[in-house]
Amino acid sequence: MALEVPENVLVTKLDALASWCRKNSLWPMPFATACCGIELMATGASRHDLARFGAEAMRFSPRQSDLMIVAGRVVMKMLPVLQRIWQQMGEPKWCMSMGACASTGGVFDTYAVVQGIDRFLPVDMYVPGCPPRPEQLLQAVIDLQDKIQREGTVSGREFERREPVRALLQLPILGQTPEMRARR
Amino acid sequence: MSELVKNVTAALTARFDGCTVSEFRGEARVRVPRHHLLPVLQFLQQEQGFDLLVDITCVDYLVYRDATDRFGLVYLLCHTESSQRVTIRVTLNEPDLHVPSATPLWEAANWLEREVYDMFGIEFTGHPDLRRILLPPEFAAFPLRKDYPLQGRGERHNFVPLARDAS
Amino acid sequence: MATASQQDYLWTLNFGPQHPATHTTLRILLTLDGERVVDAVPDIGYLHSGFEKIGEHLDYNQYVTVTDRMNYISPMANNVAWHHAVEKLLGIELTPRCQYLRVIIAELARISDHLLCVGAMGLDVGAFTFFLYGFYERERIYDIFEALCGARFTNSYTRVGGVMHDITPGTVEKIRDFLARFPATLEDMERLLTRNRIFVDRTQGVGVLTREEAINRGASGPVARASGVTRDLRKDEPYLAYRDFDFQVCCSRAGDCYARYLVRIHEMRESLRIVHQALENLPAGPVNVGIDRRVNLPDKSRVYQTIEGTITHFELVMSNRGFTVPCEEAYGAVEAPNGELGFYVVGDGSNVAYRARCRPPSFVHFALFPHLIRGHTLSDVVAVLGSLNIIAAELDR
Repeated sequence: MALEVPENVLVTKLDALASWCRKNSLWPMPFATACCGIELMATGASRHDLARFGAEAMRFSPRQSDLMIVAGRVVMKMLPVLQRIWQQMGEPKWCMSMGACASTGGVFDTYAVVQGIDRFLPVDMYVPGCPPRPEQLLQAVIDLQDKIQREGTVSGREFERREPVRALLQLPILGQTPEMRARR
Repeated sequence: MSELVKNVTAALTARFDGCTVSEFRGEARVRVPRHHLLPVLQFLQQEQGFDLLVDITCVDYLVYRDATDRFGLVYLLCHTESSQRVTIRVTLNEPDLHVPSATPLWEAANWLEREVYDMFGIEFTGHPDLRRILLPPEFAAFPLRKDYPLQGRGERHNFVPLARDAS
Repeated sequence: MATASQQDYLWTLNFGPQHPATHTTLRILLTLDGERVVDAVPDIGYLHSGFEKIGEHLDYNQYVTVTDRMNYISPMANNVAWHHAVEKLLGIELTPRCQYLRVIIAELARISDHLLCVGAMGLDVGAFTFFLYGFYERERIYDIFEALCGARFTNSYTRVGGVMHDITPGTVEKIRDFLARFPATLEDMERLLTRNRIFVDRTQGVGVLTREEAINRGASGPVARASGVTRDLRKDEPYLAYRDFDFQVCCSRAGDCYARYLVRIHEMRESLRIVHQALENLPAGPVNVGIDRRVNLPDKSRVYQTIEGTITHFELVMSNRGFTVPCEEAYGAVEAPNGELGFYVVGDGSNVAYRARCRPPSFVHFALFPHLIRGHTLSDVVAVLGSLNIIAAELDR
């Protein structure tokens, strides 16, 4: 097709453009519970500098963020909180399970620790290590960016499969005992 | 055992009957009958200057070799002026797992006793707020007892999963 | 509280469990009158992972990996504390070189802990640069630990009766380099914050703890010393080689958040002095206790070439042997960065502890929190939390 295009004009697909925007402005929500949280802080701090990959805008409010990084073990008292925060995040959203404890329970095969958050949440990226080095976390962010670029569509078809707020009703409310629920 | 601790344990055994003193690696341990527990702690705090309650913990001797009693409560006290330590031990047996609370003497006992209650199910009479502290309130077992398995009884996976493509 | 619940102008605020300023997972139910805190009810256990139960299933050397994850901003201090208690139970006297090495790593861990604590406290009251300065120095301590034992974060460096490896000259150089450069950064950090008007106004007079209350409520470490309790296990019950060093115990009388900050800053200076003395006077000789004690795996050369070495190796490795443990109970405590960190270990003759109770300083300190915050404003909550240095993994275990 012989078409004259000026030098400063780029031609791309709208899907690719949307995915490119998404992948380079990930706003992480650091769900940092334990040791991995310190490595997450180290990744954000000056030496490793997560800002180089456009993911330095850590927001502690789930409404503002689109990548949840679960750093550290999740125990049975914490899991309902984690699920609630995941549901409060708006689409598009991704979940990263950082460290052995969040992915599998790690060394803590005990009565209180959930053996992998993927039993109760959809997880997009696993980062191995106990705790993972900051370089490993950076690599995981890069891999997630690739994934977003590959799979993203501007119509959001890939998110349609996710059931939105139904489970909000099923989850226990913090501090509420079963009797209180029954009374409702 | 230093002079100070020797004098204190001597005074203790003279005042309260049924106390036995032992020593291991230079540290004095006093085994106290349960009805003397609170008076002994009060004596140590107010008359002998053992003003710091370091820790309260418990050991379940269910499968311990040659053990005759089920639970052993341990109170670690410290004399802050001279840094001498003394350990007070009380034994308990099921079904009567009650001990007087040390909260009137030390504020520090509040959370430590709640933890012992949470983990072992020992009840401290007179405690202002004896609830579970680390585990959720609906948890039924006492996990640090020896008859509770390490992996638990399935409590950790008793949740609703959130699926990405839920039907 | 019965009257407070009837007063309908009071409102309840749920602080945590996932909150940027708690840094860890804890929850506080605050009862507020406008912006003033009337009462605070902490709710903990959001990171309770059963550490003490695992301690009954891992042997004395394996459990050190779990202690790493206890106070995760200074893992080395936990390693030292755990094996200090175990060695007290077993009655092992360490070699002088090992004692010095443990002092060095414990003091470096103290510096890294205090850096994160004061840094995070600064971050919470609005000083972000201060935090970044502190974190950069932490990275250099991580480098030292990485050179020492291969892991930058979860070190598991100590072993019963010794350490994993001897220190190498390269690591010694790294520590010297750190000792030379760190004081300048510490000066910079102090210039940023110590006389900063905003910081001082937000921390001075906030969360005051008197001396009597500190003792009655079981406080230890920097929290107690900021309230005028001159108690430091390094001086009072000298363990390892602390008797050999010249250092001061930093104390203050004020007992507020600012005093706790100052005590931590000054302790870093004293720790530097201790590391300096220990490094310059590091004794020669073996790091592990002798082969006749049968607690450390012997060198490979001894295993292959001498019959004692082979036997010792097999005795230790075989599952039905291992080292001899008395059927006794012992409590060993060290002065960890946060306060008195002790382990109550019950031995039953086997390689595995019958009970491994940890006396966590954070747990005792967090119980102080409602008392400290009553009557202050909502914005003081983060300042008090930061100054107490609550680490959830140590709080809940």
